[in-house]
Amino acid sequence: MSDRVPILEMKRISKFFPGVKALSDVDFRLFKGEVHSVMGQNGAGKSTLVKVLTGVYKQDSGEMLLEGKPIRPDSPLAAQKLGINAVYQEVNLCPNLSVAENIFIGKQPMKNGMIDWPKLNRNAGELLARLNIYIDVSQILASYSIAVQQMVAIARVLDSSSQILILDEPTSSLDENEVAQLFKVIKKLRDDGLAILFITHFLDQTYQIADRITILKNGVFVGEYRTSELPKLDLIAKMLGKELSEFSFAAGSDKSKKTSSATSREVDSILKVRALGLPGSIAPFDLTLDKGEIVGLAGLLGSGRTEMARLIFGIDSADQGEILIKGKKTNINSPRNAIMAGMGFCSEDRKSEGIFPDLTVRENIVLALQGRKGIFQNISKKKQGEIADEMVKSLGIKTPNANILTKQLSGGNQQKVLLARWLATNPILLILDEPTRGIDVGAKFEIMELILNLSKQGMGVIFISSEFEEVVRCSTRVAVLKDKAKIAELVGNEVNENKIMQTIAGGE
Amino acid sequence: MKRSSINQRNLPIFVTLGLFVLMFALGSIAFPGFFAVQNFFNLFIDNAYLLIIGVGMTFVIISGGIDLSVGSVLALTTMVTSSLLEKSHMSPVLVIPLVLLMGIALGFFQGYLIQTFDLPPFIITLAGLYLARGLCYVVSVDTIPISNQFFNNVAHFQLNLPFLGQNFLSSNAVVAIIFVIVALFMAHNTKFGRTVYAIGGSEQSAILMGLPVRKTKIAIYAFSGFCSALAGIVFTLYTLSGYALNGSGMELDAIASVVIGGTLLTGGVGSILGTLLGVLVYGIIQVLIVFQGTLNSWWTRIVIGFLVFLFCLLQRFFDSRRGQRKKYFLAAKSATKT
Amino acid sequence: MLSWKSLTNNKLIWPIVSLAILLVFNLFFTPHFFAIQIMDGHLFGNVIDIIKNAAPKAILAIGLTLVIATHGIDISVGSVVAISAGVVAMLIGGDLQGIPKHPIFISMVVAVLVCTLAGTWNGFLVSRIGMQPIIATLILFVAGRGIAMVTTNAMQVWLYAKPFALLGQGYFLGLPFSIYIVASLFILTYIVTRGTALGLFIEAVGLNPTASRFAGINAKNILLSVYAFSGFCAGLSGLIVCSTVMNADGNNAGLLFELDAILAVVLGGTSLNGGKFSLGGSIIGALIIQTLTTTIYAFGVPPEISQVVKAFVVYIICLLQSDQFRRKVAGAFGREVSV
Repeated sequence: MSDRVPILEMKRISKFFPGVKALSDVDFRLFKGEVHSVMGQNGAGKSTLVKVLTGVYKQDSGEMLLEGKPIRPDSPLAAQKLGINAVYQEVNLCPNLSVAENIFIGKQPMKNGMIDWPKLNRNAGELLARLNIYIDVSQILASYSIAVQQMVAIARVLDSSSQILILDEPTSSLDENEVAQLFKVIKKLRDDGLAILFITHFLDQTYQIADRITILKNGVFVGEYRTSELPKLDLIAKMLGKELSEFSFAAGSDKSKKTSSATSREVDSILKVRALGLPGSIAPFDLTLDKGEIVGLAGLLGSGRTEMARLIFGIDSADQGEILIKGKKTNINSPRNAIMAGMGFCSEDRKSEGIFPDLTVRENIVLALQGRKGIFQNISKKKQGEIADEMVKSLGIKTPNANILTKQLSGGNQQKVLLARWLATNPILLILDEPTRGIDVGAKFEIMELILNLSKQGMGVIFISSEFEEVVRCSTRVAVLKDKAKIAELVGNEVNENKIMQTIAGGE
Repeated sequence: MKRSSINQRNLPIFVTLGLFVLMFALGSIAFPGFFAVQNFFNLFIDNAYLLIIGVGMTFVIISGGIDLSVGSVLALTTMVTSSLLEKSHMSPVLVIPLVLLMGIALGFFQGYLIQTFDLPPFIITLAGLYLARGLCYVVSVDTIPISNQFFNNVAHFQLNLPFLGQNFLSSNAVVAIIFVIVALFMAHNTKFGRTVYAIGGSEQSAILMGLPVRKTKIAIYAFSGFCSALAGIVFTLYTLSGYALNGSGMELDAIASVVIGGTLLTGGVGSILGTLLGVLVYGIIQVLIVFQGTLNSWWTRIVIGFLVFLFCLLQRFFDSRRGQRKKYFLAAKSATKT
Repeated sequence: MLSWKSLTNNKLIWPIVSLAILLVFNLFFTPHFFAIQIMDGHLFGNVIDIIKNAAPKAILAIGLTLVIATHGIDISVGSVVAISAGVVAMLIGGDLQGIPKHPIFISMVVAVLVCTLAGTWNGFLVSRIGMQPIIATLILFVAGRGIAMVTTNAMQVWLYAKPFALLGQGYFLGLPFSIYIVASLFILTYIVTRGTALGLFIEAVGLNPTASRFAGINAKNILLSVYAFSGFCAGLSGLIVCSTVMNADGNNAGLLFELDAILAVVLGGTSLNGGKFSLGGSIIGALIIQTLTTTIYAFGVPPEISQVVKAFVVYIICLLQSDQFRRKVAGAFGREVSV
């Protein structure tokens, strides 16, 4: 089992970036022969912790001790020399080289000044055999599945000096069988005495493989627990920073009013999704949205909410299922189709998928509308100005005028510009992916009020947020997602944070 | 790495080899006198310079870059060589190392800019093309014939290969063949060579794996400059003169040979052997057109351009098949934001 | 409204200033640089020469501006110019009496059409096949000159139809005729890109193809169009080049034009990374390059030196546009640099 003395200790580690405290006095320790999982939601600091450990970042304060001796690696190479190795989700290997070469490149066995290929291949085979992997090591890496590639990545970092292995989201692209295989390998490595840091957002997997769990929230250390002593519901609650007792039921009473007005089935259904799914993205799901309804998608990080939105909006092409808009079967396999059908989509990554920082506010706002009209039905500069000014006013966008570059606006106002773009197209269905992230409290409320007003005017809204209380406050119905699948739908009195968390923990 | 069975990796080389054999056969059938061993050796004699710059270009393209300056640096080398020999009366023993150094320096300069400031290779080497050609004219606007005894002796040297008749290889061909063999060794058996492939496969991964990416990238361009200079010396032996308009369009011939030889322009995949075959294909197309007699020799350009298009299309097709696998990654990545 | 800030924020300010610096330099150091004479009702002089010689490259630059704005590149333009010259020369030809083989106007239209087709080919490779622009246009870069040489049977083809000379050598209202072609093209392009939504879409696609896709913009057709237009411009440019010397030389027509054109676009303020573009800036860029060449020539330096100078201008511009370089320089001055 685990030793009393940790092989690695990170004490009161802090790391700051301009405007953000990535890590604040975080403690963390690893024991030999243990799998230790670090869990947390957005902004928890997991990746920063890993980057400090692997020498990509240098901590601003605090110390790291390896076997009791202080260390301060200043690069991944330095960390590797200390025996700290990381394997990432993207499998940082070279797909064009052979398996054997990937394992040994940079440290190939040499003979007479030349690379000793037979020895290279032999050694590679032996290394993989230790992980119970038996493949032709002379084939190029790209000819093998991601699961095998990950094993190769792990094999590369395992040599006699390896003490700590970090696995960052290793299971995101694996199917059930491959996960089971990986876990067999991890368990063997653990039993051989390796200290393993395992980062994942899959709840069930954590409980399968981890001996110990550390929870971070907003860069702060919440606690370290033995897996066997931490019930799932507690884990979720702690990740979200909630105490089990302090749930708001306030929204529930409002909900009954809302649901009663919406139960008359005479209203038009805007969206009906049947068995829409894409392997590797999200399991097939159903979803309906009626006029004036706000359906919230609630789930933990990585549960598949954005994937769901991307399928509905046509960014990804589903390989099964169908979408009905206003009762009519519609082929949605590109954002353009979706927009023509009357949809709009505010991406959660507004910086790289949403606004154009180098275009003016006016241009950003009219873009989707102009896109729908095409090249020749030009919206005159004057009309553009009118539309932009109207949006600026009604959304309360703080900008001196509509002709300044969007990059000069604050985050909250940029989000409003993105929202304005879609509102200008007068959609029947608006999908909002984390519209309140990274925005000050005042703006958050403004946006949520806006969403409620829009639904009152008949617009359908799909609302995604990591903050369960926001989802609860805005939505008439909530779809609960977990581990890339929709597991439940909550209506009426069930729409509260407590129920959402219990559903996720219960894991249907 | 090289297996005797035909698999996905070896396929491009066999395609190119097949193409060459096909053309040689067609020529032999269509034209009397075509099927001769000396004709085969002539391919090496006439295209020795292309083999050498092709080697440099292969390394650059495998690493994911491109070098458009090779033709101009070759021309500059011929100018400087002939000028130093004829006008400054320097000895070849001094001149040859000097111009080789010049080639390395020019390549190093470009590689340094590209690597250190993350500048696009095609623009920097396109500017290098202009720079080198401009410098050519600075040296001399007219042709400089070489009367130097040593050069003349070497140029007329013939390595006789008496089997199957009176056949020979000239000195520049010998240099080229030896160089290609050295390059084959470098690409397959040295850490430098393998790092080049790694960078082309995934530069980010190569960095994370601890490979000396920065140094290697600069070295690749320096090596290409060396190849251009060496090719220039070889070319000078071939023409026994220095002429500023030399090498016009040569970079394209080199790129075409590399692509036809199975190297991907996107990097990571390719071989020196493939380039050798690609140069032979290039050479034989020219010979076919000459034998044909009526076709404008510029048809070579068109045929080469078409072959490049064909091979690029094939590459694109294979890339998109491999790209399917990438979808898994992308779908998963978007879900994970820490 | 003409405040200092609005003046320095205007994108055209730097190209104009650069050109002004060159002109002022010539004012002091080159005798008779600005001298303009009137002969036969036409204006003559160094300045007029600059504008005349810059015309073919300015036309290329206009087409290339839109391509570069989409974060693309077209290195085949020089070869396409040669094709244009070859086609029109072969069609017009003419015997020593000056009678053309085919009607002049039709021949010109055919030449330009062929080049537009070539551009469409490039656009097809980039937008439908998904090839990288540098690779896609490399093919015509290689094959184009071959096609031009085959069209002219590898000979210099001379033209004898005098009306055709108007394009490159003629004058209208005292000014060289080619200026009017450039001006008309500029006005037309400006109206089409700024008067419709095309300009906005081009910028959006160049700035961020993903976000453009999410906003419902069909990038494929836009990409196809800008490369076709670049081919069209190369065709037009080839007509002027051919007309200027009344012959088509497949080997030399348009030789090394592509770097001049790319340089003109970049000097004019459009970034190689795509996004906001400036047609006026590209024309000024072409003037800057031509003025540079003429200045060098006026000093008795061999004209080929201008190639060396151009190369260094490219290096400097690329460095100035590079984040890494700016960071290093800022660091050297001890300024705080944000990561």
